[in-house]
Amino acid sequence: MPAKIETRDLSVSFGDVQAIKNISMKILANRVTSIIGPSGCGKSTFIKSFNRMNELALNTRTTGEVLLDGKNIYGNNYDVVTLRKKVGMIFQKPNPFPKSIYDNVAYGPRIYGTRKKEALDRIIEENLKKAALWDEVSDRLHSSAIDLSGGQQQRLCIARALAVEPEVILMDEPCSALDPIATAKIESLIRTLSLEYTVVIVTHNMQQAARVSDYTSFLYLGELIEYESTKDIFENPKNELTEKYLTGKFG
Amino acid sequence: MNTKLLKQRIYFQIFRITTASVILFLFLMIWTFISNGIGVIDWTFLTDIPRRGMTEGGIFPAIIGTIYLTLGAIAFALPVGVASAIYLVEYAHEGRLLRMINSAIINLAGVPSIVHGLFGFGLFVIFLNFGTSILSGSLTLFLMILPIVISASREVLLSVPKSFREGSLALGATKWQTIRHNVLPYALPGVLTGTILAVARAAGETAPIILTAVFFFRPTLPKSMLDGTMALASHIYYMATQHPNIALVRPLTYGSILVLLGIVLSLNLVAIVIRTRHRRRKNW
Amino acid sequence: MDEDTQKRRRIFNLKESLIEKLLLASATTSIIVVILIFFFLFSQGALTFREISVLDFSFGRSWQPTSVIKPEFGTMPLVYGTMIVTLIAMAISVPIGIMIAIYIAEVANPTEKEILKPIVEMLAGVPSVVYGFFALVTLATWIQQLTGTNSRLNALNGGIILAIMVIPTIVSLAEDAITSVPREYREGSTALGASKWETIRNVVLPSAAPGILAATLLGFGRAVGETMAVLMATGNAAIVNFDILDSVRTMTATIVIETPEVAFGSLHYHALFAVAGFLFVITFVFNYLAGVVMRRFRRTGR
Repeated sequence: MPAKIETRDLSVSFGDVQAIKNISMKILANRVTSIIGPSGCGKSTFIKSFNRMNELALNTRTTGEVLLDGKNIYGNNYDVVTLRKKVGMIFQKPNPFPKSIYDNVAYGPRIYGTRKKEALDRIIEENLKKAALWDEVSDRLHSSAIDLSGGQQQRLCIARALAVEPEVILMDEPCSALDPIATAKIESLIRTLSLEYTVVIVTHNMQQAARVSDYTSFLYLGELIEYESTKDIFENPKNELTEKYLTGKFG
Repeated sequence: MNTKLLKQRIYFQIFRITTASVILFLFLMIWTFISNGIGVIDWTFLTDIPRRGMTEGGIFPAIIGTIYLTLGAIAFALPVGVASAIYLVEYAHEGRLLRMINSAIINLAGVPSIVHGLFGFGLFVIFLNFGTSILSGSLTLFLMILPIVISASREVLLSVPKSFREGSLALGATKWQTIRHNVLPYALPGVLTGTILAVARAAGETAPIILTAVFFFRPTLPKSMLDGTMALASHIYYMATQHPNIALVRPLTYGSILVLLGIVLSLNLVAIVIRTRHRRRKNW
Repeated sequence: MDEDTQKRRRIFNLKESLIEKLLLASATTSIIVVILIFFFLFSQGALTFREISVLDFSFGRSWQPTSVIKPEFGTMPLVYGTMIVTLIAMAISVPIGIMIAIYIAEVANPTEKEILKPIVEMLAGVPSVVYGFFALVTLATWIQQLTGTNSRLNALNGGIILAIMVIPTIVSLAEDAITSVPREYREGSTALGASKWETIRNVVLPSAAPGILAATLLGFGRAVGETMAVLMATGNAAIVNFDILDSVRTMTATIVIETPEVAFGSLHYHALFAVAGFLFVITFVFNYLAGVVMRRFRRTGR
């Protein structure tokens, strides 16, 4: 199976602090890969190197390569804007724009030039359905997105990300601000999404990783400690550190 | 125990009385303007040109002049000011250039109005040969109010949450698309407030326009940007200190003050209202 | 990415970088303007010293630039005028401004606050020529009635009206400084049994002192630079009398009055630029000091 994303010796530092240390890893297409580890171990930084969102912070230095479909996204001619269209991101705290539900999902397509109402209507319906939100909001598409519940807002953000037709979806602790019911809805959504997209999810909740992902990687202090199929890593961790983390001895 | 509270009460009363006194002073002052000037204001006063050596007639040219000068100033200050603020907030990196720009803005804001006037005189009137004209005056006022527009715009841009920008960029929008569609629309009320305050400031300034744009007696309306003009602020100064018959025109002077004050204070009020409403309605 | 998309992307990127450059150009306008002002004032002003010595200019006791017999360009009377009016204004406005700031920040209830803050802003919004007129016509009469002085228009008149104009500056900055004193400081003091006033006096004010100092410095700068109000209020006699009930003339008033009459390129012309340059330096220094104080404030405060 081809690697959708491959990192080669990836290191990321912010000023003097090195957050990611020489990680080499392959992420397979159409699978859900989760990244777990104690807080501060660099999970967020790692995932943000896939869509170059790290560059928004000050003094970032990235060395090594990140290959998307075989091409290094840190290469000289790689267009970062198109990269972010291909690699979408869901943030920890749902961040719908203070516009209507419709305008939130339409934001991406409009930026890319789609103006016609019929086309937009279709896109919005299609992606709200993919995000399992259509039934709940189809009668109030023009009401403000801020009025939705946390779980609905997050699903709206997913619909919004899907509307630009990405190939990869990055999720940075997407459920940590949500209640258990909303979390469950999103978790079942993740499994459905992996049929069409490659999903990479960062989570501090081990059980969530176990429920949702095909492959799991364990990061500790910026280093990749272990990377196996979820089944193998949870039942048979090879590294002592992994075992300690999974059994709750720290983190 | 009681002495502590008694002492406190005395101090706080003193502060309250002081505050009230200052406000009373302000209202008293405005009251003298209203009582002395309201009788003069009528449709003729506002729409007629001055007659008989400005002892009769109206102040229409002055009102128009003030409007032209202010519009001219804001026509430059708004684009340059907002553009500067956008650059400072959205694009600039920490470093020498940023520090220099910030320090330049602070310094520009601190320049006394008369120094702006003299500079305008030397540069626009004399050196660039625009002469005493609306153009010279507008450009001088533009430099005066530029820091106001920049500061207000910068403040409101900074108040737009970072997550809006991140969310937009993560969807594959470019930086400018993000600013245009997802930052600026939310910053507009604040920019509007800043603009109105800048306009109010420009309308009230006297020293700069005396040196660059106004003639004290011009019964005709200006025909172009290169023409000089009357203006409310300078008219008040002239009528109060330079007119051959100050006492006779005193009522007209009061009337002019009321008009200018009315314009400036209403603008300030509108700006405050917009700002308060916007702060309350902000749903993020 | 096919060629067509690549071409579109390239045009797009070009547009983006063009926009960034335009914005940068706008932002550098401020720097250019400040440098221009600096350059203009000093190049024109320096020409004064071809004909007069710096000493005579700075310390000369007589300012008679239009005298036919012997024009003199000593700026002492002007500096004196500016300083005495400013000092009177600061002596009045600083204590009053701080008192008002304390009242608004600590004593007033929310409704009062909502009314008071806009009113203070309105105070700042009144044009200086309007204040000047009031001082010329009404305030001068009050002072004359109270003190029986002969010169209606004098330094005290100018000082008082200037104080009114500077108060909003002091109030808003001092109020900011007071409200940014952390809650923990106040709570600590109250928990020890101090009354509200004692807390203000012993904890809040000392902690806000740098901000209040900065407010004073900025107010000073503003007072020195004020033109129309003092022009109309002080009588414009360029003499030094050390009597606050006597007429004086400020540097700013001098420039406004004399520039329209001056011959381009004459010594008088250059001298006025020199005076303006001097003013610029004074306000620059005070604004700079205020900035330094604010920065130190932010670093040590919290």
